[in-house]
Amino acid sequence: MSRFVARRVISMLFVLFAVSVITFLIFNVIPGNDPAVRMAGKQPTVEQIEAIRQEWGFDESIIVQYGTTMEKLFTGNMISYTTQLDVVNEIWKGLPRTLSLAIGAAVIWMLFGVGLGLYTAMRAGKVSDRLLTVLALVGISMPVFWIGALMNHYLGFELSQTLGFELFPNGGYVEFAESPLEWLHHLILPWTALSILFIGLYSRVLRGNILDTINEDYVRTARAKGLSERQVLLKHVLRNSMIPIVTLWGLDFAVVIGGGAILTETVFNLQGVGQYAADAIGQLDQPPILAVTMFGAFFVVFFNTIVDVVYAALDPRIRLESGDTA
Amino acid sequence: MSEPLLEVDDLRVSFATEDGSVQAVDGVSFEVKPGEVLAVVGESGCGKSVTAMTLMGLTRGSNATISGRATVGGVELIEASDEDLRDVRGEKLAMIFQDPMTSLNPVYRVGDQIAEQILAHRDVSKQEAADRAIELLDAVGIPAPADRARAYPHEFSGGMRQRAMIAMGLSLEPPMLIADEPTTALDVTIQAQILRLLKNLNAERGLAVMLITHDLGVVADIADRVLVMYAGRVVETGTLEQIFYDPQHPYTWGLLGSIMRLDRPRADRLAQIKGQPPSLLSPPEGCHFRPRCPHAFDRCTEIPPLEQRGGTHGHADRCWLSGEQKKTLRVLESGDIGLEMPAA
Repeated sequence: MSRFVARRVISMLFVLFAVSVITFLIFNVIPGNDPAVRMAGKQPTVEQIEAIRQEWGFDESIIVQYGTTMEKLFTGNMISYTTQLDVVNEIWKGLPRTLSLAIGAAVIWMLFGVGLGLYTAMRAGKVSDRLLTVLALVGISMPVFWIGALMNHYLGFELSQTLGFELFPNGGYVEFAESPLEWLHHLILPWTALSILFIGLYSRVLRGNILDTINEDYVRTARAKGLSERQVLLKHVLRNSMIPIVTLWGLDFAVVIGGGAILTETVFNLQGVGQYAADAIGQLDQPPILAVTMFGAFFVVFFNTIVDVVYAALDPRIRLESGDTA
Repeated sequence: MSEPLLEVDDLRVSFATEDGSVQAVDGVSFEVKPGEVLAVVGESGCGKSVTAMTLMGLTRGSNATISGRATVGGVELIEASDEDLRDVRGEKLAMIFQDPMTSLNPVYRVGDQIAEQILAHRDVSKQEAADRAIELLDAVGIPAPADRARAYPHEFSGGMRQRAMIAMGLSLEPPMLIADEPTTALDVTIQAQILRLLKNLNAERGLAVMLITHDLGVVADIADRVLVMYAGRVVETGTLEQIFYDPQHPYTWGLLGSIMRLDRPRADRLAQIKGQPPSLLSPPEGCHFRPRCPHAFDRCTEIPPLEQRGGTHGHADRCWLSGEQKKTLRVLESGDIGLEMPAA
């Protein structure tokens, strides 16, 4: 186990290093992206630009610039070129919002995805299965910025106008500490919008897995043992069908935290890490983009490792350390 | 004469498929007495596994039509509710399967899988069930059973997995075990061990065994009585001696003729039965073996009933040929007894 962790930490460092280098280099080849020019404001003099360039170290070699950028990132001194605010601080501020969105949505899509997958698998070939299959495909095909915008407009805005009160709020975020109920109230639509795609996807994947598993010999054995259909289904069919779903869940969750929720956050104006990244990208503001990218990469790699550990626990045929068993 | 333990009467199973109805089992009747070993022999697709699985209620499904009667220890199986059937499974009738590699759930420990069955049927604690599982593993000859109970199926060899399956089958001490090709997926030396184990369980515990196989060598080893099946029907039934030394049906002659024997001159190629088993979608009229049978005549377009013709008491077959005709036509040693030597 310790060897596995050590190996994973090393590879995580390597991935983060590679991501940082690539993100950093991209900014040096994007045309029209001289940060000094952008920071100097409208119609600057050549001297002003040169002064900024020297002050911020843009005249140094790329390698030195990379070094100082990384140093700033890890010492928490990274400043946005446009807002002049501390980048790590901003991410830290957005994190509870992003986590609220991601955790809630992940729970919702897992529950509904598994429920729907189980139901459609049990009714495979019947009308209800076909209907839900179409619905799942519609869900998978609807882009979140579109369904989110529709929800926001019709449920958040129009409906409130008609009803005279806000059944669903029109975007925005309320801290959990401030009012748990309002927090929930403001997250229902974003959670739903973000979950729809995953519910459709997970239910399809699980349905397929269950239908494969149900024909396995060991399921026949379980029936021949005189177990109840419920035990057969939950202990033998579902347990084995869930292994890939759990893997998927861990990875998707990490992706959503690490920037996958950019669109949802923006549409519903949640001001989370994703929206911060979206704003920064709009202004080609290098420090926040670099920091958020690293932050996202960290989560993806981190959850990858967790998924591997969980995977080995779920499926005893998989061992984390090579040479442990055959 | 003791009462039969398992009685099957006119069992019919058909499956609806996209191409039409497949009559997999077509009026099968037989019985198994307590402590008896019945071998069911036939080619792949002759309905022997479907018969066994139907007894266990494993062929129930929206596309299967099942009729006939079957009872084990007086309990009706075909009409039984799912609830009642659960009490039969493992308690009155246990089943082990062809491929021990895939018959155990890969994510649970072997001991737990055995204990699971005990817990589902008996009011015992988890610890008692686990201890019982270890005892059972010991009884089927697994060394260091307490350790092995904690192992996962992938840590077992094929033979050990089949032993574990047998241990599972024995866990509720049923009077009868159905073994569906239990040695087919195993190599020859392990086959012999598993057969010996079944034989011992039969001798020591009086366990009745319905052994499904296509391997007559296996049959000769342990069977008391033999049921020969062809294309969904029983074509011949009798004691081991009757079937091996006085076979009545041309199909049985073919089966016996195709065994490779060390006490005969070596043939260039193995003997085989000419032709293919019929499609069960549209089986031939009358005797199903007719298209492949060199001795077929007019009457074979009618279905011959299963009754004693030649042979001795308890020996029945489905062939219109008279006992006398069979004696002259049947020459086991030559190449034309319902089978032919293929041209080189």
